[in-house]
Amino acid sequence: MATETRRVLMDPLIHNNPIALQVLGICSALAVTTGMQTSVVMSAAVVAVIALSNLSVSLLRNMIPTNIRIIVQLTIIASLVIVTDQILKAYVYEISKQLSVFVGLIITNCIIMGRAEAFAMQNPPLKSLIDGIGNGMGYAAILLVVGAAREVFGAGTFWGIPVLPLASEGGWFTPNGLMSLSPGAFFVIGFLIWILRTFRPEQNEAE
Amino acid sequence: MVQVLAGQAARRTRIFDRSRTAPVTTARYILAFAAAVCLVCAVMVSGSAVALRDLQAANAEQERQRNVLFAAGLADPEEELSDADMAERFAAVRAVVVDLETGAELPEVDPASVDPLVEAGITDSSRAAPENLARVRRVERRSVVYLVEPGGALDAVVLPVRGQGLWSVLYGYLALEADLDTVRGLTFYEHKETPGLGGEVDNPNWKALWPGRQVFGTAGEPIIEVARAAAGPVAEDPHRVDGLAGATMTSRGVTNLLRFWLAENGFGPFLDRLRSEAAD
Repeated sequence: MATETRRVLMDPLIHNNPIALQVLGICSALAVTTGMQTSVVMSAAVVAVIALSNLSVSLLRNMIPTNIRIIVQLTIIASLVIVTDQILKAYVYEISKQLSVFVGLIITNCIIMGRAEAFAMQNPPLKSLIDGIGNGMGYAAILLVVGAAREVFGAGTFWGIPVLPLASEGGWFTPNGLMSLSPGAFFVIGFLIWILRTFRPEQNEAE
Repeated sequence: MVQVLAGQAARRTRIFDRSRTAPVTTARYILAFAAAVCLVCAVMVSGSAVALRDLQAANAEQERQRNVLFAAGLADPEEELSDADMAERFAAVRAVVVDLETGAELPEVDPASVDPLVEAGITDSSRAAPENLARVRRVERRSVVYLVEPGGALDAVVLPVRGQGLWSVLYGYLALEADLDTVRGLTFYEHKETPGLGGEVDNPNWKALWPGRQVFGTAGEPIIEVARAAAGPVAEDPHRVDGLAGATMTSRGVTNLLRFWLAENGFGPFLDRLRSEAAD
């Protein structure tokens, strides 16, 4: 059981990462990763939502009528997202303003519905909770790496603290404007997937 | 990818058949289940909204006060302000509800009860703006301005401004000195302009170009302008500010919105009244 739990929790980090391998949830990964702070808050929000949605769906799995299961899952996820959004607005107002609509858009994040439908509907609550946390962490791992790369190369700062002296303030570093824009995230995620698949060729799709 | 999905689907059907006891799916059960889920979710959502409303409102109010202080030069966006610091600095600021058409103060109205941006969206509490370059469609009948009065005498006036940039409406505050002509500061608190280009309206170096510029010409019309290129220092070029490189539309937007709100459809009547009172 211990190894099984470990597998459920750790697998989505690298081996079966929802963004890098399954290429799900890309939209929000592009939009909110302009800096570390937004990435961390967004990651925490997604981990919380996916863990709780997996838990609640799993608890209800033997009661949910098959023909309305998707809409039930969606209702649960949507409610969790609204509550999360309210909490962010109350406790981290500044960052929630930067995240704007993307917290609400967690509802449409395919990773969460994917896990609810593919895992929580068939597995007991504790295991589903762990699976949710694992997949949330897999999403978070990519977000944090992309957020760090974009903030350092796009603005010369890390967590708001200058790390590369800007040319405009007498240093040598000229920020790469592309990194601040959404397309920059495509490049970073692309590079990540490339690196990951170079070292783990089994992740490549068959031709 | 396809294989992964196919594999998952196959696994699902297996597990589905074995371990899941399908619930009784009569129409009545489905309806009852759906109703129960909706009820629980509704209670959860409205519970959190009600419980957190006060905190959120306090955040929004603090955010507004911070921005007014930034515009008036009473605080620096870089510095960490505790709640007590904020309250202390904001003590010199008086929020006043103003009738935009007449310029009169409405002392009987509590400023906290007025949200000009909301009122601008409601037909009864706003009027259609004549066509303008700032692309403001409706103007609220009353707005909230902030008078900075340390020790009672007017030191600065902070006016809320808004108008179209390239991608989005820019929302901000313009602070004028007591002469109602010289800029004390300009700050934008919400916009969706391109980061690095139009987004540079937030750049402290650009904002530092504003203080000391004069917004009105000799005939009293607003002639402040964000130039297409570099402008001179305040003494030589009092009515112009450097343009934002690579952001012509945002620069033009700032010019247009300032001119709109300083003219007769914006705060013109209010500023006229303050001027005539000062002259008496």
